[in-house]
Amino acid sequence: MRHEPEFADDLSALRTHAFSYRSLTWWGIIAFMVIEGAFFALAMAAYFFLMAQEQEWAPRPWSPPDLLAGTLFTAVMLLSEVPNTMIKRAANAYDVAAVRKLLPVMSAIGLLLVIIRGFEFNSLNVFWYDNAYGSIIWALLFLHTTHIVTDWGDTLVLWQLMKTPHGEDPRRLVDTDENALYWRFVWLTWLPIYVLIYWVPRLFR
Amino acid sequence: MKSAAERAKLPPADVPRDGPNLTGEELETKLSTTWSNPPGFVGWLSSVDHKDIGRRYVITALVFLALAGVLAIAMRLQLARPDNDLIGAARYNEIFTMHGTTMMFLFAVPVMQGMQIYLTPLMIGTRSNAFPRLNAFSYWMYLAGGLLLWIAFVLNVGPDVGWFAYPPLSGPQFGVGKRVDIWAQMITFTEVAALAAAVSLTATILKQKAPGMSLARMPIFVWATLVTSLMVIFSMPSVALASGMLLSDRLVGTHFYNPAERGDALLWQHLFWFFGHPEVYIIFLPATGFVSEIVATFSRRSIVMYPIVVMSLVATGILAFGLWVHHMFATGLPRIGYSFYTAASMSVSIPTGLQIFCWIATLWEGRPQLKVPLLYVIGFIFTFVIGGLTGVMIAAVPLDLQLHDTYFIVAHFHYVLIGGAVFPLLGAITYWFPKATGRLMSETLGKIAFWMIFLGFQLAFFPMHIAGIYGMPRRVYTYPAGMGLELPNMLSTLGSLVVSTAVLLFVVNLVISARSGRRAAPNPWGAPSLEWATSCPPPPYNFPHIPLVSSRTPLWDAGEKLPVVHGLRVEDRELVLTTVMSAEPDVREPSPEPSPWPLIGTVATTAMFVCSIFSPWAVLVGVVPVALALTAWFWPKSPRLSGSL
Ligand code: HEM
Ligand SMILES: [Cu+2]
Repeated sequence: MRHEPEFADDLSALRTHAFSYRSLTWWGIIAFMVIEGAFFALAMAAYFFLMAQEQEWAPRPWSPPDLLAGTLFTAVMLLSEVPNTMIKRAANAYDVAAVRKLLPVMSAIGLLLVIIRGFEFNSLNVFWYDNAYGSIIWALLFLHTTHIVTDWGDTLVLWQLMKTPHGEDPRRLVDTDENALYWRFVWLTWLPIYVLIYWVPRLFR
Repeated sequence: MKSAAERAKLPPADVPRDGPNLTGEELETKLSTTWSNPPGFVGWLSSVDHKDIGRRYVITALVFLALAGVLAIAMRLQLARPDNDLIGAARYNEIFTMHGTTMMFLFAVPVMQGMQIYLTPLMIGTRSNAFPRLNAFSYWMYLAGGLLLWIAFVLNVGPDVGWFAYPPLSGPQFGVGKRVDIWAQMITFTEVAALAAAVSLTATILKQKAPGMSLARMPIFVWATLVTSLMVIFSMPSVALASGMLLSDRLVGTHFYNPAERGDALLWQHLFWFFGHPEVYIIFLPATGFVSEIVATFSRRSIVMYPIVVMSLVATGILAFGLWVHHMFATGLPRIGYSFYTAASMSVSIPTGLQIFCWIATLWEGRPQLKVPLLYVIGFIFTFVIGGLTGVMIAAVPLDLQLHDTYFIVAHFHYVLIGGAVFPLLGAITYWFPKATGRLMSETLGKIAFWMIFLGFQLAFFPMHIAGIYGMPRRVYTYPAGMGLELPNMLSTLGSLVVSTAVLLFVVNLVISARSGRRAAPNPWGAPSLEWATSCPPPPYNFPHIPLVSSRTPLWDAGEKLPVVHGLRVEDRELVLTTVMSAEPDVREPSPEPSPWPLIGTVATTAMFVCSIFSPWAVLVGVVPVALALTAWFWPKSPRLSGSL
């Protein structure tokens, strides 16, 4: 026997979108950030595990990576948080026009970062096949690059989407807000990796 | 045009919604149109219904169980007599690798996730799960990974380095050919699948519980699902990273595991077991969830000390991450490491012990009915306790060093895996079968199968302890006569033949009952949880109205009528989001329509992964179709300009 319904609350007045932890996709993004954060954490653990095998790090005769490209990358990345915050605020204020103006800026920054990243790979002073030190340095940089590229692709698609009438849908502003949140994750995880790639091999010589 | 801000504040417009004016037959016709799959084969391929996906997961996993079971029988036939030559050494290596790999990655974890995908939305009273397309993608990725492994095996390039593929054996120097690459890439597939399913389950549980179902009122199985999904999220990256590094050692010449270039083979063992030990609990905790539900229903009372059971689940989930090193006792550790990991390994038996006491107390306090599902629970408790005891034995390092890599270990982990997961699973399938099919399984056939499986299992695996103590190593294709190994091995083989016959009987029962079993009422066992509030099998929208929950046992506490909330749109797919802790209704959320893109995305990803075994450039080229498929997948169909509609 199936129970007859006994009607209680009417939910028709509930909103149909909400920002931050009230949004379902926000929880999905957080879960993916945890997963990717776990990847980074484990890769860093592997880094220290391999470092423990060596007397010196970077092991001679390899010299540590050159600082220029990586530091430039870090600077641009940190500065990108300015337009990123602006987009996040605009999305929360339902300011579609501002979002439409800022997304191309973020896309351009993404492109710039991908180009600088190319130079970074060129300034590591070691190849992945040289030794375990080279392997883990390349792995960290590669792992982070996949995030840069993914988020850049994401931003490009979002930019195109927001140009269409879809942009008027409040739910797309929630997407925009969450894309900006993800970008924060991408640059926050970069900071320890930057230290591991560029500074630890200098300090432990 | 109104601005988005204004639109967001619009009052609800007049669209059909469920409620006192729209209920019964009329409502259900409308909801069926909205929530059904599109017609035809393409519709079937596009389904995002969690019940379809869950069912596919479980059935596929059972097929893999059968395949791996056939390999187990092959091994047992080879080992029945000393100096047997049915199977040669190289083929035997392949067979035990395929058996272990299939059982762990293609049967045990996916079957549990499949059950969770099927049951969770029904148990928490929602129309669908979170991210249903991601969920569909998860299934297709799992299927692709399984096919990859088994097609390779049939083409004679199956892996042969054991289910944990230790380097240097699996590295470029010794693992020649493509066998190991196939194994490692299969890991990538199944980990992506498991992670996707875990994300969907976690979000479903946190945000889609029926109004009023606070965390403290969640069914224990849902708690188990939440804990295991979080464990998947934290542990699976480890093996995916490890196997990615193995692939790159093999394909592009990195040196992560190569000691000659300052890499370390033990790095693999750490990363693998940081996943591998939690994996055991990813398999076992859902099983304890089954047990809690079955015990409550068949004792006709709620679980004694619910908070203790929940806390043990959480504690086990956390402790499981601190034990991985006990798989590496034989690699040499600092002394303090030995003591620490021994103590930690022994302590994980405490929460599980507590759970067992709570189940026994519930049975004791209640009026147990010895139906088939409960028989499996009792079989589980008996068998798992033995497996747990041998586990505590080998947590002691001196004994472990003696027994490491012998049949004692093989006996131990089959006691915990089969006793701890397969028995509860078979009970759970019997228990929820009427929910999924509308028919009950035969009790008589069920009881015969149970006793044969239970007794056959003891006959098959108990003698392995003895063989192990006599010094029989695992992973050898034969043994000499005259070492006292003949009798235990012969008994093991006989026992495994009994078990396989009985499993066949279980399957026969499934098939016959699905066709002509007794018709099931919505709540055939008189159970307390929400999945039994809807018809058997449930309609595509799960519930005509979303239930309102005010206790842990809603169906036992409801009178003639079940309290519900209303006001959801019926011509669009819509769900209620509730707050995480106390499940207050918060947002009405649209739910995605069926879509072929998860499948197309899987095809693109499969092409990329498989080609990358042969050339690293495949990653660069292959990522383009993957990106296109994902874009098509996420591109919204029609803008919902309707603000708060
Ligand atoms: C009737 C059922 C089963 C039988 C007769 C059986 C038999 C065996 C045997 C004889 C071995 C040892 C091979 C060797 O070391 O030479 C083995 C290994 C193994 N079994 Fe089973 N098994 C059964 C079911 C299962 C199930 C249900 C699971 C998991 C859920 C499982 C997981 C494993 C694993 C992980 C290994 C280790 C493989 C390796 O050494 O790489 N088995 N099984
Ligand atoms: Cu373990």
